[in-house]
Amino acid sequence: MLLRRTMGQGAVSLIRGLLLFGLCFMIIQPLLMKLSVSLMEERDLYDSTVTLLPRHLTWANYELAASDTLLNYWKSLFNTFWISLTTAILQVAACTLTGYGFARFDFPLKKLWFACVILVIIIPPQTISTSLYMYFSNFDIFGIFKAITGRGLNLRSSFTPYALMCATCMGLKDGLYIFMIRQYFKGIPVSLEEAAYVDGCGFFHTFWKVMLPDAVPIMTSCFLFAFVWQWTDRFYTNNFLRGFTTLSGNLPGIQQRLNQLKSTTGQTLQVSISRVQQMISTGVIMTIVPLLILYVFAQRGFVESLSTSGLKE
Amino acid sequence: MTIRARRAITGYLFILPFIIGFLVFMVRPLFNSFYMSFCDVNPNGLTMEWTGMANYKYALAADPEYNRLLSEEVSRMIINTLATLVLSFVVAVILNGKFKGRTLARAIFFLPVIFSAGVLLGLDSNMLGIEAQNTLMSGIGAAINESGGVNLTESLQNMLQASGIGTRAFRVVFDIIDSVYDIVIASGIQIIVFLSGMQNIPASLYEAAHVEGCSGWESFWKITFPMVSPLLLVNAIYTIIDFFTKSNNVVMEKISEVMYANYKFGVASAMSWIYFGISILMISVASLIITLGVKNVE
Repeated sequence: MLLRRTMGQGAVSLIRGLLLFGLCFMIIQPLLMKLSVSLMEERDLYDSTVTLLPRHLTWANYELAASDTLLNYWKSLFNTFWISLTTAILQVAACTLTGYGFARFDFPLKKLWFACVILVIIIPPQTISTSLYMYFSNFDIFGIFKAITGRGLNLRSSFTPYALMCATCMGLKDGLYIFMIRQYFKGIPVSLEEAAYVDGCGFFHTFWKVMLPDAVPIMTSCFLFAFVWQWTDRFYTNNFLRGFTTLSGNLPGIQQRLNQLKSTTGQTLQVSISRVQQMISTGVIMTIVPLLILYVFAQRGFVESLSTSGLKE
Repeated sequence: MTIRARRAITGYLFILPFIIGFLVFMVRPLFNSFYMSFCDVNPNGLTMEWTGMANYKYALAADPEYNRLLSEEVSRMIINTLATLVLSFVVAVILNGKFKGRTLARAIFFLPVIFSAGVLLGLDSNMLGIEAQNTLMSGIGAAINESGGVNLTESLQNMLQASGIGTRAFRVVFDIIDSVYDIVIASGIQIIVFLSGMQNIPASLYEAAHVEGCSGWESFWKITFPMVSPLLLVNAIYTIIDFFTKSNNVVMEKISEVMYANYKFGVASAMSWIYFGISILMISVASLIITLGVKNVE
């Protein structure tokens, strides 16, 4: 009896181990593969005996990718960093206000407005991207600019439109953040605020002094999500931030720039597909390494709030 | 002013950022694209001419691909959503147990969320049509191909088909196996949601069940499953939305191709509105089914 039980437990943990190892390996394998490819010399790519590990280790790919011709790494990194930081702060600020309003106040048409939040989550941004694009290339507020300069402002290559969208809850995945923050505030007991109101504290003062300190975990995680998703986003970057060299914006152009590089050095042959693939792998690794570092240090921030916000009805 | 009115005004002040953003950056372009879907848009001067339902008719009846892509996408969505729910539930159950390396496993399962699930990882395969390095499955398939055999799932499939077992059902299973990488990559959030639901179940429930002589298997079905099942709805909806709004799904690609390569803005708008209508329909059907199902369980 005892033997059977131990054997059963052993089998369970063996199966569990295998399953977990397999799934984890599947997630990590493309990353490891990219890392290994990025460290190979070009001739290793064409050597069919080299499959997993590089035979000739080199940093040259990283140096090439970091140079001005390909990724312009340090400048892109700097741009990506401040863009992600600014947008994340704006998004979290706007979404916290909105989420708190939905969680704690009763006002006419509340259900309708909340349905709009859900709508924002559901509508794919691609649906409206064209009209937004046209709108921003001829931007105007009630015809003021048209009256002064004769035509609307072209904001297409500036940061302003996107910052405005983030500050008004229309950035990347903002509907989701509003939803999460609202759920979180709903989970905090009302008694705390009522005590503050009884003591004569105003609505905004109460929000600032009593509720905000309690909401730090959910704000942290929304900030982290906003930061990393902006970092890797290609859609909004391509549509609204064309004026800046960013990491995610530069990656798709690698092939073209490799070909240009080759033609300037006098060779006319196209760059081989494996070479392009290798440089893209290098670029991807360079793009995600900062995120990986962030994740290692802030892992609790990402995951913990999701458990406490308890996405429950 | 009554306290009620003051609260209402304050509430509106709090959600003001959202209202402004929604009206300026959402309603306006949305209305614009809705209007465009009924018009013939001239891409040069962006002038519009009212044509009624012509774009919708073109998208559904005349376009050679759109219908097929749409139905494929919807059926894949149904299969993938079910698979994602099952997978994330199973993984959450496993991760909820105590064993060595649990923290590491959790961190790894959440990793795709950080890299926004394949936006970057899928980059090369999308651009160059090469998937050999990207998924383990196709890697194994290639290895087997080289050693003289055929693709693993394919040969299994042929074998089963030859022996005459219900082929249609098996095709679904093989589709899932082939897309297992995508499913695992897309289920990070769902795993965390299930996991947090399981950890919120008070331990006293399990203790009481144990004292009453419940086996682990029974308490799983009598306690864990009913307590977590409300989260099925959240996860199902999240999965469906995630699937539909992913920029690398085929309908999205078709729409942007029609829009940016062929400059048929009107047709593209009509296509995206049909797509949007279907996704809303799917979400409501899913929430209806799950709400009814959860009520039955309770």
